[in-house]
Amino acid sequence: MDELLELERAAEEIGTLAAGFGLESGGIQFELCPADIIYTFGAYGMPTRFAHWSFGKQFYRLKTQYDYNLSRIYELVINSDPCQAFLLEGNSLVQNKLVMAHVLAHSDFFRHNWHFRFTDRKNILEVMALHAARMREYEAAHGRREVEIFLDACLALQEHINPYPWLARTKEEESKSEPPPTGYDDLWVLDRRETKGPAPAASRKNPPRPEKDLLGFVMENGYQLEDWQRDIIAMIREEMRYFWPQIETKIMNEGWATFWHTRILRELDLPEAEAVEYAKLQGQLLQPSFMVLNPYLVGVRIFEDIEKRWDEAPEAGHGREKLFEVREIESDMSFLRNYLTKDLVSELDLYLYKRVGSSWVVTEKKWEKVRDTLVQSLNNGGFPYIEVLDGDYGHRGELYLKHLFEGRPLDVLYVERTLPYVYLLWGRPVHLETVADGKTTLFSYDGKKNSRQVIGEG
Amino acid sequence: MASFLVSRDDWSLHRKGYIDQQRHQEKVRDAIRDNLADIVSEESIIMSDGNKIIKVPIRSLQEYRFRFDPGQGEHAGQGQGDTQPGQVLGTEPGPGPGKGGAGAGSEPGFDYYEAEITLDELADMIFEDLRLPHLKDKRAEDLENISYYFNDIRRAGLMGNLDRKRTLLANLRRNAMHGQAGIGGISREDMRFKTWIESRQAHTNAVILAMMDTSGSMGNFEKYIARSFFFWMVRFLRSKYERVKVVFIAHHTQAKEVTEEEFFTRGESGGTRCSSAYQLALKIIEERYPPHDYNIYPFHFSDGDNLPSDNDLCVSLVQKLLEVTNMVGYGEISGPFYRGSSLMQSFRRVKDPRFVTVTIKDKTDVYPALQKFFSEKELA
Repeated sequence: MDELLELERAAEEIGTLAAGFGLESGGIQFELCPADIIYTFGAYGMPTRFAHWSFGKQFYRLKTQYDYNLSRIYELVINSDPCQAFLLEGNSLVQNKLVMAHVLAHSDFFRHNWHFRFTDRKNILEVMALHAARMREYEAAHGRREVEIFLDACLALQEHINPYPWLARTKEEESKSEPPPTGYDDLWVLDRRETKGPAPAASRKNPPRPEKDLLGFVMENGYQLEDWQRDIIAMIREEMRYFWPQIETKIMNEGWATFWHTRILRELDLPEAEAVEYAKLQGQLLQPSFMVLNPYLVGVRIFEDIEKRWDEAPEAGHGREKLFEVREIESDMSFLRNYLTKDLVSELDLYLYKRVGSSWVVTEKKWEKVRDTLVQSLNNGGFPYIEVLDGDYGHRGELYLKHLFEGRPLDVLYVERTLPYVYLLWGRPVHLETVADGKTTLFSYDGKKNSRQVIGEG
Repeated sequence: MASFLVSRDDWSLHRKGYIDQQRHQEKVRDAIRDNLADIVSEESIIMSDGNKIIKVPIRSLQEYRFRFDPGQGEHAGQGQGDTQPGQVLGTEPGPGPGKGGAGAGSEPGFDYYEAEITLDELADMIFEDLRLPHLKDKRAEDLENISYYFNDIRRAGLMGNLDRKRTLLANLRRNAMHGQAGIGGISREDMRFKTWIESRQAHTNAVILAMMDTSGSMGNFEKYIARSFFFWMVRFLRSKYERVKVVFIAHHTQAKEVTEEEFFTRGESGGTRCSSAYQLALKIIEERYPPHDYNIYPFHFSDGDNLPSDNDLCVSLVQKLLEVTNMVGYGEISGPFYRGSSLMQSFRRVKDPRFVTVTIKDKTDVYPALQKFFSEKELA
């Protein structure tokens, strides 16, 4: 039988089953393509994304692993409307059935999880294609090298944005004078007295409050930036906003997809050979890995546990209902914080480890400690939380950044290599306050050299 | 109703990944070029056996960003069940023996990006800036000789040059055309003859006289430096001359010709008289390598710890060597604590621009030394 026809038939069957389970995938466009294309999209994150050598590096790495049979991307799905999913040419039918069922659940997740609410799924492919086209124009106008250097800097800082619109403070909000009077205003006064002491707040301080959106701040206030450069910053920022919810729901999303593909495949009447192959695949997919968490495994176990517990709960039989609620409102952080139980930690044999000398040693098995450390490591997408404190530091137009230290020190070498990128965007000396070796330290870059200065204890 | 479409496009023109991969490769090349000083003396290269892909560590191709120190703090992992605190998950390989040098200890091991490159590509980059100085033009004519290449087949020729195989083939074909299988009835029209062309070619020969102090004061580090220098020197000269021979001369108070293996591994004890090596070099040149047939490059490595009474003799011998060779090099390996040696001071008196001295303090000096030795200079 024609391969495409066979796949389409499988898709219909799986789609019907999925709909029966209550998943709303909204249709999916499957594309059968060769390995190097899948790996290209895997490296770029998007079929239409702009060109940059770092994607090439990633592509080469992925492709090499595939060529040497070290790892394999089975599924790749783009959060667009309708979702685009890619099937690897040469995969067996049962492999592709698994991928289809898996992808279907991803699509359901994209459509319903709250964190994706502001993703422009309809247009994202075109938006990225337009970005790529504009970058090519800039390359033509200003030189490839020039654009590349600038992109290097932008990409180095791409995580430092405000990922969700509701976190961003609008200009109007800032200029709003006083909130309307209420009967409880005397409570605010209590608060105010405290802050009055040190600084009566310089009236035109920029930013007025610490600003997380470093890229945005630099885009608006950077010295010497040309229009095309501001445009590139804006594009990188927008693309990062698209990717951010995916970063923050990795465990959930994979867990959800695995949960459902398992149930869907169970319903399919697989011939014996296919069933064995499927079991092998499932086994590979759900292998624990001892240095990082396998999101498929941890995610699916938590979902299964939720269903079980809510089925058994006093008002029994609400398992499924609860599942759909969880997939709608949580992100990885809250998902783990709320649903990673003591039993699960021990059942999954989760632990904490750290580096002692040149070895990695298991240090902790207490479930609350494990859970909390895990949750904390997911904060801000797993990236250091950095804010702009002052855009006119020392009244010299210098940029003052502060890393909100939460117990995990920054990689000092990387700080010193990244600051020059900030300098490139800002155009004047830049500073980053963080805690290094237990002391509050200010790292600076003035356009020529790095320096550091201890400015306080811890 | 949700719809599911399965389609297949022609992706053969989708080269995006490859194009950016190419750009990444270019950047790797650039990074290698910027780090040649480090890479030239990389152990994995010097000890490698010729034509293969080597890995060179580059530090400048990381995608830097603000990140947490992966070496500090706790991470979460997952066991197969019943993991206990204190269990060791894995051990990072310690820094390799050749990795030493500044800063290596303070950086975690995974900070390297390892680029793959063939030795030839690397050699091309290194040699890009190197020139062969003091080539004597007159030699080209002297060394030109005629050689013959049989590279053509004709139907007429000398019977002595008959190409039997082709003749038989031609006969087979002709018979086949007439419907007969097999060989037989070879006639004039089957015959094929080899023909030659004359080619005039300059034969260029070079000899490196590698001299090294093997007295007790030369340790492994010094020998390693000498080894990496000669490694590239031989490779470079091979790219310029048709034949490059290397003569190894080891000396302490006496010099003798040794094999390559002995040269780099054998250690002797006792004092040092560099003049012994120069004398032997002169003798070898006289006996085996007439200067008008060979481009001769003597290069001597020592730690400079020479018998003071011997220094004057060395100076005069170097001057004699200069008369019969293209250029003479002297490399003094001084280790991390430079003392300034008497031999180097004595050599300051030699004013010939074809006499090149270099001081090497650590591995990264090997590349500048090569550049100094092989740089474009006008013959005085």
